[in-house]
Amino acid sequence: MPDKYIARSSAIAARMLGGEMMIMSAVDSTFFTLNETATLIWQAADGTTPLAKIIAEKVCSEYDIDLQTAAADVEHFVEELSKHGILIASDTPIPQKTASGAAR
Amino acid sequence: MNPFTHATATNSVAIEIGGTAILLESDDPGFHAMVKAKYPGFLAAESHDSCSLRFDVEVLGEGELTEDEDVHVWREFDRWYARRGDFRAEFDLQSGTGRIRQELNPFALNSILRIVHTIYLASRGGFLLHAASAIRNGSAFVFSGVSGAGKTTISRCAPDDAVLLSDEISYMTKNSGQYGAWGTPFAGELGQPGSNCTAPVAKFFFLEKGPQNHIEDVSRAEATRMLLRNILFFCDDERLVRQVFDSAYDFLEHVPVYRLMFVPDTTVWNFVEEFDIACPTNT
Repeated sequence: MPDKYIARSSAIAARMLGGEMMIMSAVDSTFFTLNETATLIWQAADGTTPLAKIIAEKVCSEYDIDLQTAAADVEHFVEELSKHGILIASDTPIPQKTASGAAR
Repeated sequence: MNPFTHATATNSVAIEIGGTAILLESDDPGFHAMVKAKYPGFLAAESHDSCSLRFDVEVLGEGELTEDEDVHVWREFDRWYARRGDFRAEFDLQSGTGRIRQELNPFALNSILRIVHTIYLASRGGFLLHAASAIRNGSAFVFSGVSGAGKTTISRCAPDDAVLLSDEISYMTKNSGQYGAWGTPFAGELGQPGSNCTAPVAKFFFLEKGPQNHIEDVSRAEATRMLLRNILFFCDDERLVRQVFDSAYDFLEHVPVYRLMFVPDTTVWNFVEEFDIACPTNT
C-alpha cells in the first residue's frame, strides 16, 4: 500500500477544550469534536509524517489495538474529515503552506 | 475615524440596535414610515456623527425583484454582499457605507439588519443569538435554544419586574471584558419587540422544556457545540467563521452556562432567581 500523508487544513478554527479537540470548518461551518485518539492523529497530521507511521506510533503504541484494525478506523476518520475539508490527504508529502498550526 | 463628513440629510432615519446606529437614507416616504412603524423603540438621532454605518436605500417597486431566492451572503475582499428574493445589499465596514435595494417590506429590512449586525459584531467579539433574554435586578439572563425549545414560552412567563430584551434573537456584546445582552426589535412568536436597553449577562441557559424546573451544568464541549448552533450565521466566510468560533469560546470563558429544564409557567423565574442568589456570578 502506498504511503499516505495528512495535514490539517488552514480553513478551520480549532480549540482544545477539556481534553477534546473542537474543530469548526470554515468551509461549511461543520462542527466536529475529536476524541482523545482522534486528537492525537489530528495533532500528528503535519503533512510530512506518513499516515502508517502515525498509526503505529500514536495509536497502536498508545492503545491496545492491532495495526489492521487501527488502520481501518483511521482511514475512516481521515475520509470523514477530508470530506469536510478539515484534513487534507495526499499520496505525497503535503507542503507546509497548506498545513496549519491553527489548533489552539 | 468617523466616515461621515457631510451634514445630516433630512431624508434619513437611523436605527440603533445593540448600541450601534445605522443610518438609512432614502427619498421614499413609504420607507421612512415603515421604519418608524416597525422600530419605534430603536430609532436613533439621525446624525451622521453618531452612526457607525450609513446606507443609501433604494426602494424598488413590486415585481422589480422577482427571483424567489434564499438568502446568500458573501465577501469580496472587504466588501460584503447579501441578496435574497426581496433585497440586495452591499457594504464595506472600512468606509462604513453601503447600499440597499429592497422591496417595501419590513421583512427585507429585518434580514438586512441582522446580516449587517452579525458581520459588524463578529470583529468586535459579539454575536446575535437565537435566544430569549431579559433583565432582572440589573442583570441579564439569556435563554438560548432552537425553535421549540421554549424561548417565547419563558418570555411569556416573565414577571412584571423583568425587562424583556427579546423572545427570539438576543444581541451579545463584549465590553471591557464583560458580556452584555441588548434588546432587539427581532421578535419571535411573542410578536413584540424587546426593550432597547442592556445589562451584563449574569447567567446563560440552554433551554429545554421538562416535567420540573431543574438546572444542571453543561460541559464546555457541549456548551460550545450548542452555542455555535444557536449563533446567527449567514455564510461560510473563513474569517467570519474563525471570529465567531473564537467569540463563542471566549463567551464561555466569561459567562456561567447551564442547562435549564423548565415547566412552562411563572415558577421558572423564581427558580432562576433563587439559583442566581445561591450561585452568584463573579463579574
